Amino acid sequence: MSITVSGLGHTYHPGTPLETRALRDISFEFPAGTWFSVVGHTGSGKSTLAQHLNGILLPMEGKIFIDGLEVKEKSPSLREIRRKVGLVFQYPEQQLFAETVSDELAFAPRNWGVPEEDIPGRVSAAAAQVGLDEGCLGRSPFHLSGGEKRKAAIASVLSSRPDYLVLDEPTAGLDSFSRKELTRLLSGLRNEGMGILLVTHDLDIALQMSDRILVLDGGRRIVCDTPAAVLDHLRTHPVPGLQLPEIAALSAALRERGKNVPLTWNWKEIKSALFGSQK
Amino acid sequence: MKFFNHLTFGQYVPSESPVHRLDPRCKIIAVLVLLTGIFLAKHPAVFSVWGVLLACLTAGARLPFRLVLRSAKPVLILVLFTASIHIFFTSGTPLVSLGIVTISREGLILAAYMGLRLLFLVLFASFLTLTTRPMELADGLERLFSPFARFGFPAHELAMMMTIALRFIPTLLDETDRIMKAQLARGASFDRGGLWKRLKAFLPVLIPLFVIVFQRAEDLAVAMEARCYRGGTGRTRMSPLAWKAADTAALLLVPAVVILLVTIDRSLA
Amino acid sequence: MTFVYPGGAADSSGRARPALRNVTLSIYEGEWVALLGSNGSGKSTLAKHLNALLVPSQGDCLVYGLSTRDEKNVFPIRSTVAMVFQNPENQIVGTVVEEDAAFGPENQGVLPEEIVQRVEAALTVAGLLEKRKKPTYTLSGGEKQRLAVAGALAMDTPCLVLDEPTAMLDPAGRTELLRVLSNLHASGKTIVSITHRLEEILSCDRAVILHRGEIAWEGAVSDLFLSDLPFKEWGLDIPPLVSFWRDLRAEGRSVPPVPTVAAMADALCQ
Repeated sequence: MSITVSGLGHTYHPGTPLETRALRDISFEFPAGTWFSVVGHTGSGKSTLAQHLNGILLPMEGKIFIDGLEVKEKSPSLREIRRKVGLVFQYPEQQLFAETVSDELAFAPRNWGVPEEDIPGRVSAAAAQVGLDEGCLGRSPFHLSGGEKRKAAIASVLSSRPDYLVLDEPTAGLDSFSRKELTRLLSGLRNEGMGILLVTHDLDIALQMSDRILVLDGGRRIVCDTPAAVLDHLRTHPVPGLQLPEIAALSAALRERGKNVPLTWNWKEIKSALFGSQK
Repeated sequence: MKFFNHLTFGQYVPSESPVHRLDPRCKIIAVLVLLTGIFLAKHPAVFSVWGVLLACLTAGARLPFRLVLRSAKPVLILVLFTASIHIFFTSGTPLVSLGIVTISREGLILAAYMGLRLLFLVLFASFLTLTTRPMELADGLERLFSPFARFGFPAHELAMMMTIALRFIPTLLDETDRIMKAQLARGASFDRGGLWKRLKAFLPVLIPLFVIVFQRAEDLAVAMEARCYRGGTGRTRMSPLAWKAADTAALLLVPAVVILLVTIDRSLA
Repeated sequence: MTFVYPGGAADSSGRARPALRNVTLSIYEGEWVALLGSNGSGKSTLAKHLNALLVPSQGDCLVYGLSTRDEKNVFPIRSTVAMVFQNPENQIVGTVVEEDAAFGPENQGVLPEEIVQRVEAALTVAGLLEKRKKPTYTLSGGEKQRLAVAGALAMDTPCLVLDEPTAMLDPAGRTELLRVLSNLHASGKTIVSITHRLEEILSCDRAVILHRGEIAWEGAVSDLFLSDLPFKEWGLDIPPLVSFWRDLRAEGRSVPPVPTVAAMADALCQ
């Protein structure tokens, strides 16, 4: 079970003065049950890529296969693809509209034709997955706190029981506690077999959590590899708009001065390399 | 970032031309006078003079003719509709009979005049928006209506509303697009079912948009207050409107031409 | 001349707990003060008192000697303290960059020729001069925030207050904005930044930490890191570099006075 992207290309407004090549020859494999991050600065094409994965945008060049189903125009499997691949946009709380949180979480499964008697189960399960208190279900989504709204919005995608979850900057605007909570939640989903694809400009989270990272710049693939390999690549080939996390920059600086520390984003590794494990 | 096609109906096209440089107040009044003249046109000869005037204005504004014609596209349907009403429902010397409907010679002529008139109205009106920056237009309207502010007419407020609306149109379009996509991702469809169903399907887009817009209104009001906004009192402008000789000339020339054409029209009739 | 907020400024919005309680704070000319706190700490509420958007329920707020309670003072106060808000989108009024920057001075009744000069200078400082004729909707989030700063600068106020200006920006936008603020500070402007990110306050002179509506700590930024403060309890983000720095310090190893990458590298290589 995996998502396969090969030779993907996309151009906005072709043939007009506003023509922009958003993606160029992008290929990668994203197996279910793994955490794949797409990293790049604003305008690198990462959001465009995300919207292809559930068929909201259609490939102009190349092909995309979701568990063997091709993403192409007027394909009968487009709706199934959209259910399989849940897409959470940036600031997802902006999409809330229903009278109650329960209705909000029920929206997607109802659209997919899930029988009405199964809906409450889906709603409670999704709420539990994101850590939303059952008491919230009867309230209006507009009366929730900021953090709860975000959880509700994510739950409203999870209630479709997708096999893959694509999230565009899910931690934007969150404080560090909520960020850690969300990261833990996504990690848990990944461990249960869901494929997590994170689109972000936060290299720190990508390095810490991913199995593989794809770096984009100007719609082109720069590198697609394990976090350690990507970090090494970025150190020697800096990408505009992407800053190395401070710890990684520190480890690189120390290495340059001849210290035997690994290139890492985890300061504890630097510490034990410098001073050994003295405790 | 998604942009909508900026060459839509009457959108400002930046250029250096005598028409662009005219004071917006002058252009607003001139266009109103021109529109009145077109309303009163009857004789075919006069119509052709109006056509020549349109061409002259296009040249004067240094705009490609095709661009100006494109402004009429959205109204084309209305023009054709009006024309066909006149073709089919005017009595007179019959030319062709299609069952119960007869096309008369008078009908064809009337249709041509009505169609042309509507077309000219739209094209001349679009000159205003094609050659005047939205901000300038708002300024011009505000200055023109400010004498009425004394009687309670909210000239400044209307102009400010117009400016802010214009400023946020592209942003709102982007946000609508984003919310539609978010709901599509949750299985919504906007192209299924009859009219009622489609309208209902838009609720998940309209409600979030309303929320965004209301929040925006609140935030913007606070930001404007923080920037010392207190309505129109004591407000200056970075580029204040300056009435020039060319504006006086235009404002003398245009009514003169219109009066001349209307008089000729009356005498020919 | 100084800002002074004597007495307790307690401000309630009808909730059970007042948003601010017994806050006494002075801000001096030329300082860059960081106002830290988590959501709900009252930092935004406090910021809005600085330019009379809010008025204290108890106590007083004086801006250059003018009380915010007096309605007559509101206009002069807002010509002394300019404010930039969190959402880049919802504070831009003009359709074109230079028109938006001119909005403030236009409201102040400044003469046209002077507005032109101010706008040009402000856009230059904010790094937006080449984009002066561009429509505002084409700007990125970071550029919009810099435009908001330019708009504030064009009002020629001695003081600038920014309410979580980087919260909705990407890392590149954040860096650019902080650079602009650094330059402003160097040129003598008084700046008050509200934030919950510790890594943004390294160039500030003083930090004030708010917790549940009260001042939990106040002092020089250099002291902030040296003291053993319960940042987690106060809901503040501790960046990994700072965690490393504190850990080394706790073990008595040599650490630089302020945790930056360069300084840490130097210290660890000794």
